[in-house]
Amino acid sequence: MGIEQLYIIILACIVAASCSLCGVYLILRRLALISDAISHSVLLGIVCAFFLVHDLNSPILILGATITGVFMVFLTELLISSKRLKKDASIGLVFPLFFSVSILLINLFAGDIHLDQDAVLLGEIAFTPFRLLSLWGLNLGPVSLWVMGGILLLNIGFVLGFYKELKLCTFDRGLAAMLGFFPTYIHYALMSLVSVTAVGAFESVGAILVVALMIVPPASAYLLSRRLSHMIGLSVLFGILSSLLGYFMAFYINVSIAGSMAVMTGVLFGFVFIFSPSQGVLIKFLRYHKQRLRFSANMLLIQLFDHEGTDTEKTENTFSNLVIHMKWSYRFANTVVAYALQHGFINRVDDYLSLTSLGREKARHVSVMDT
Amino acid sequence: MFVDLFHFNYTLGVVMSGAFILGISSGLLSSFAVLRQQSLLGDVISHAAFPGITLAFLWMMAKDPLGLFLGAIISGWLGTLFVHAIVRYTSLTHDAAFGIVLSVFFGLGIVLLSYIQQTPSSEKAGLNSFLFGSASTILFQDLITMGVFCLIIIIFIILFWKEFKLLAFDPNFMNSLGFPVVKLDILLTMLLVMAIVLGLQMVGVVLMSAMMIAPAAAARQWTSHLGFTVLLSGFFGLLAGVIGTLFSNYIPHLSTGPMIVVVVSLFVIVSLLFAPHRGLIWNWIQTYYYRSNIRANSMLMNMLLFSETQTDPYHCHQLSALSAIGRGPALRAMHELKRQQFVRNPEGDLWGFTKRGYQKAQRLQATLFKDDHGY
Repeated sequence: MGIEQLYIIILACIVAASCSLCGVYLILRRLALISDAISHSVLLGIVCAFFLVHDLNSPILILGATITGVFMVFLTELLISSKRLKKDASIGLVFPLFFSVSILLINLFAGDIHLDQDAVLLGEIAFTPFRLLSLWGLNLGPVSLWVMGGILLLNIGFVLGFYKELKLCTFDRGLAAMLGFFPTYIHYALMSLVSVTAVGAFESVGAILVVALMIVPPASAYLLSRRLSHMIGLSVLFGILSSLLGYFMAFYINVSIAGSMAVMTGVLFGFVFIFSPSQGVLIKFLRYHKQRLRFSANMLLIQLFDHEGTDTEKTENTFSNLVIHMKWSYRFANTVVAYALQHGFINRVDDYLSLTSLGREKARHVSVMDT
Repeated sequence: MFVDLFHFNYTLGVVMSGAFILGISSGLLSSFAVLRQQSLLGDVISHAAFPGITLAFLWMMAKDPLGLFLGAIISGWLGTLFVHAIVRYTSLTHDAAFGIVLSVFFGLGIVLLSYIQQTPSSEKAGLNSFLFGSASTILFQDLITMGVFCLIIIIFIILFWKEFKLLAFDPNFMNSLGFPVVKLDILLTMLLVMAIVLGLQMVGVVLMSAMMIAPAAAARQWTSHLGFTVLLSGFFGLLAGVIGTLFSNYIPHLSTGPMIVVVVSLFVIVSLLFAPHRGLIWNWIQTYYYRSNIRANSMLMNMLLFSETQTDPYHCHQLSALSAIGRGPALRAMHELKRQQFVRNPEGDLWGFTKRGYQKAQRLQATLFKDDHGY
């Protein structure tokens, strides 16, 4: 593996880690789609700042983009507070306008600006190794690695430094306000952080795939954890894992790196969605079937208990009666009887079923008549 | 140039008809999406449709419009199913599910697109236009497919008008009446998917969501009647489509999608500001009027209170003694009252009632403190 590939992999991991860090709070504050809106609107800031300084590497670009991101959030909230439109419509109206204006500006001044439409959507992570930073004749590695590394440090610093404040404002805004923290300031600080991260990641993975890296790893982590610290750790892990897997997938079938990273976040989410021990689809399916079986076995015991010692016992307490009386399928009746036999609740002689003493006790316990 | 603008030629005719169809179908359905607070679902569907387009292309290795439409519809529909599954089986909220489906599907689309670009097919070039939309790639055969889908949408809206109306406003009531709410919900979502897919080639995946919000958001400001909202929103969509396409057709390099979105956003801004009753400008004017009226009345009441301590009710007082609302607002209110000849200002800072003002203040007091006098 050459040094170029290593640069790309390291950059991908840094991007994924910083996106996951702010994404955790977006998921918890139910602002997931704000990341979509911000990542689209930062482009306007980049384009406008570019017209000012005519340099794509200038830090002014990051500043301008951050300001437009926060401004977009402000405009959206203004629109919501005017009560003319609902929250979702307000979010969905402002950012497409910002994004459209910037695309049109790029279209019109295509000759002057080294940004084309595809780069906006896909990013240029593959070109990372070609733009190197050199100071006093020393080769210091790719520029974007330095920029993104700085943004990652900023993210880590913010999350660690304001851990308590962020936690409180996220989970109980009212209490935070009452205790004298400023939830609104924290909110806008977080929005600025998301904007900065979006600008940095924008260059590497493009406008839409930033959303994948910000939302999907924290969402996967959310399904696996009950503590904020665990969620943060897990989502960074998921982010890095999916960028590594994405890079190798892109490398071996020769497709877009950013796209593959997004697909891998989705694949990991799919795994968690199915196999999560607390919220997974599989565990819910199994739990449902177990409950159904247990409930049906109880029904069986009550049926046997009710008719025990009566005249109709010989016809009622039979296996074939279950299919008729309980409207169970033959197969399901078999499963239930097997379950009851296995737990020692009943005895079976050919078609005839009878309760054991343990089964009788159990039936009395669950029976409504007993209470 | 203007003669040229309206000079009919074949390409322009095709493009205009495309914009027309796109505008109507997205405008009509956007009203339902906005009313049901599903605006952002449009964003999800349009992004989720993208891998469907690329997969359909890989399957056929040709740009057959019907095939691409069907691929887009199926994958957009799959996207909404995933959203439902995530919300139903986990504790994640709608917006998280939207974000997940939108970005992962789009990522898949990008992967497939980059894969297609390696293949030697000659038709692959046009696929890029699905990202930001391109009016010039619309062909007559695309138009036929679009027209058929648009007709289906219109027919279904007319046939199920009553049901969709109920669904938009009160689905619980609808359920209690015995309507198959889930099935109708599926039908309406399916129509939404169709309308979105229709516009993809023209507006593009990235910005189609705006077309599912903006026309209805603009129309909603002008009327509170569902029928008029739907019609007006269809009209706004159509107008934006036609104007946007015209611009992008005559100014070189301009992408169609962003141009249409800018036009339709302007409609929204104008509607938000100037629409009668709901417009923000009228609202501000009204608020200003009410506020200055209340201030003037409170000044009059203060003066009446002061006049009761004097033998002469027309005695003048200093402004600072009269005002509790700050000097600036008080002065403005006094000047307004003076203009209406309710107060006089014989010298400097001294203000007193005119005869008219004294009577008005007494009338005001009578209406404000009716109960005190046992009325």
